[in-house]
Amino acid sequence: MNNSPYVRLPVSVRAIMLKVLTALVPGILTYVWFFGAAVLVQIALAAVTALAGEALMLGLRGKPIGVFLTDGSALVTACLIGLTFPPLAPWWLTVSMTLFAIVIVKHLYGGLGQNPFNPAMAAFAVAILAFPALMSQWPAVDVPDAPDATGFAAQMRVVFQSQPPQDGLTMATPLDTLRTQLHTAQTHATVDNVAGTHAAFGQIGGKGWEWIALAYLLGGLWLLREGVISWHMPTAFLAALALAAGAASLASPDNYAGPLFHLASGGAMLGAFFILTDPVSSPVTPRGKLIFAAGAGLLVWIIRTFGAYPDAVAFATLLMNLCVPLIDMHSQPPVFGRKNGNDKR
Amino acid sequence: MRLFKFKGGVKPDTHKDASVQEPIACLPLLPLYVVPLHQSVGDVPRPLVQVGQKVLKGERIGDADGNFSSAVHAPTSGVVKAVEPRLLPHPSGLPALCVVIEADGEDRWTERAGLDWRNASADDIQDFLRDAGVVGLGGAVFPSHIKLDPNRSGHTGTLILNGAECEPWMTCDDALMREKAEIILRGGAILRRVLGAGRMLIGIEDNKPQAVAAMRAAAAKLDADDEGNTEILAVPTLYPTGSAKQLIRVLTGVEVPYGRRSQDFGMQCFNVATALSVYHALERGEPLISRIVTVTGNVERPRNYEALIGTPIEALLSLAGVKAGTDRFIMGGPMMGFTLPAISAPVVKATNCVIAANPALFPPPPPELPCIRCGACAESCPQELQPMELYWFARARNPDKAREYHLFDCTECGCCAYVCPSSIPLIDYARFAKSEIWAREREKAASDAARERFEFRTLREERDKTEKAARLAAKIAAAHQEAATSAAAPAPDDPKQALIAAALARAQAQKQAAQPKNIDQLSPATEARIRDIETQRGKARELANAPDTPPEEKN
Repeated sequence: MNNSPYVRLPVSVRAIMLKVLTALVPGILTYVWFFGAAVLVQIALAAVTALAGEALMLGLRGKPIGVFLTDGSALVTACLIGLTFPPLAPWWLTVSMTLFAIVIVKHLYGGLGQNPFNPAMAAFAVAILAFPALMSQWPAVDVPDAPDATGFAAQMRVVFQSQPPQDGLTMATPLDTLRTQLHTAQTHATVDNVAGTHAAFGQIGGKGWEWIALAYLLGGLWLLREGVISWHMPTAFLAALALAAGAASLASPDNYAGPLFHLASGGAMLGAFFILTDPVSSPVTPRGKLIFAAGAGLLVWIIRTFGAYPDAVAFATLLMNLCVPLIDMHSQPPVFGRKNGNDKR
Repeated sequence: MRLFKFKGGVKPDTHKDASVQEPIACLPLLPLYVVPLHQSVGDVPRPLVQVGQKVLKGERIGDADGNFSSAVHAPTSGVVKAVEPRLLPHPSGLPALCVVIEADGEDRWTERAGLDWRNASADDIQDFLRDAGVVGLGGAVFPSHIKLDPNRSGHTGTLILNGAECEPWMTCDDALMREKAEIILRGGAILRRVLGAGRMLIGIEDNKPQAVAAMRAAAAKLDADDEGNTEILAVPTLYPTGSAKQLIRVLTGVEVPYGRRSQDFGMQCFNVATALSVYHALERGEPLISRIVTVTGNVERPRNYEALIGTPIEALLSLAGVKAGTDRFIMGGPMMGFTLPAISAPVVKATNCVIAANPALFPPPPPELPCIRCGACAESCPQELQPMELYWFARARNPDKAREYHLFDCTECGCCAYVCPSSIPLIDYARFAKSEIWAREREKAASDAARERFEFRTLREERDKTEKAARLAAKIAAAHQEAATSAAAPAPDDPKQALIAAALARAQAQKQAAQPKNIDQLSPATEARIRDIETQRGKARELANAPDTPPEEKN
């Protein structure tokens, strides 16, 4: 005999995850348009591995495989890994890191709903620490006199034969380029002349990347409209990142890139709408979400600007994941009737 | 007038249309009525009738036990067949004391005398309503007279009549407002006068336009009586607007916190059906012996019935015609109701709705998945709690932490479980955590009582020992003295025995000096302690009357 309520809204974890996957579609298509289909192969590799790893762990843990395998959460993790890893990363890196995400970061911590860290971001962080060179195999765009970097065959050779890519097939991301140039003191580079002279730069961010960011933004806004995510985290994250970048570039425009560049580059948009908003590893309270995402935004700017790695969304996310229990504990909203000292007896 | 909003709330399908197509129907007189004595919040009324006794319709058969209780009455004239435990319409499925009345078919009223409430004191009105068995008919069955207490601090400025009826499927208040608007308003006017409230606000969800119209029309008619201080407000349909605290918030903007009464904030809230029974009691002298019950769901003829209290629920269901495929019956609405243990149970004052359920209307929930902390429950909670936190603490068997997160503010309205994508029965977890706390408190009270009893016994044993020793010493001393006076200094017959007696006397004297002789000579501290223990014993006795306490002291 079950108890009231006897009616339930037709919602499910699977429906939520499917919406997240749907919202990623514009971003994925734009990605393919600019950088070739390798990203689809990476997503597929990650997806198959994630489902296999999930099934294995569910079996070992004695959980109902049918119920949990179809909840879609492993596919979301796989998609995020496929989208954040360089599309030209060797296949074994994607496969092993996906296994790491699912087996260790997710299931060894208790599976769905229990992992303190975002599995995809933990995998990204481990990969970039362990294989920094492989994790910088980003496809080149529009480099004159270079082989077509978006050619599928050429990309697959890199991914599956694990041979070092030919010259001109890969290039550093705009974020990385800017950081390296600005940090190399003898070049006396400024933001404007780096962005103006490098092929990787587009109108406001990286060439191609700025459009992908826009597509993620679109998907994210749809998620907002669908009520899958709330406005708190994307807004606080993007605002904090833009404010930090804006303040620095106002003070010293030569040394610090502006807010638009930061918003349109790297994983900012993906992070704002799809990574930070992972409900399991983020705070639940509205105020907690604002604190969490603003902290992440600030960390992204700091790590991008002063850190040693090309992008910062993974590290910022993991660092803020650490703080979630504390943030939740201290951001409990007042309950009905207990606001403004109304509850004095 | 400006309306306010409360946070959260959900909009389940209402399914209300089916049961309001026809007017309220009356049931034919049945051969047997089972009237439970305990039909309200508070203490169990004492039975006033014996087996074989003839009773008249409206005759009191259970007397309120103290002020926090409410009387019960015979629903029709007849003979008391039994006063025995019968199954109640309660989720526990436990039997409780009922008066079983065999109807004589005459349906003859006892002498009906109302109260000249305009000239009666507040105390008299309260007593009258208590003895008329008037309780909240929204489902909570809180004794209404207690809410009219003039001694509670704070002037009551606003009377609120609750016609929101937010539970899906349920239409008993809707039907009543359509058909008896004028009497509801007259009852409201009485309540307003008794409370000294300046205005009366009546909140009705806007999915009941006919009820709103009927009430407005009646109010316009009664306007002269009412000094124009009545406002009938259509409030947005949003579950649980019909919860008193949420309705007060919507109508006045005031949030009444857990543990406080709305009267402390200058407001009092009654269900519309309660207002009607207040009128019936005071003006006509008719106690609460019937109520409107919605019978709906998987039935041929969904409808509202005016049912006498004590009517077997199956009689209602057979009139409505239960369709095949019905697998259980829900009393109350689908959000807060419960599955009836059996339909032989009687209609009680809390029976607002009976739903014949089948798996198509109320599908079994999908398997429970782990919480993904999506926060949908918190967004839906009208008490602005964090149900997922309560769930975590309940699972971790940490009810104290749940209490810290305002577990007891939870009204179990069901919104959180309704929206949960993981199909977690969040309400069950909250109930579980509450029951853990209650069980522990009962246990603690019981062990406190046991300790007090033990301490008292130790004290009494010590006292007995002292008294016995004192008596013995006095006896020996007397014997000794006698011996001394009777034979002035001659050598005792047995010098050895005399020596022993003398030594005993000395020892007794020493002991007397060291210890209080008996309870007449206790130190003030000890006396205070005994008094303390006596009061504790009193409490322990009260506890012993409550269930789940150890048996009474044996010695």
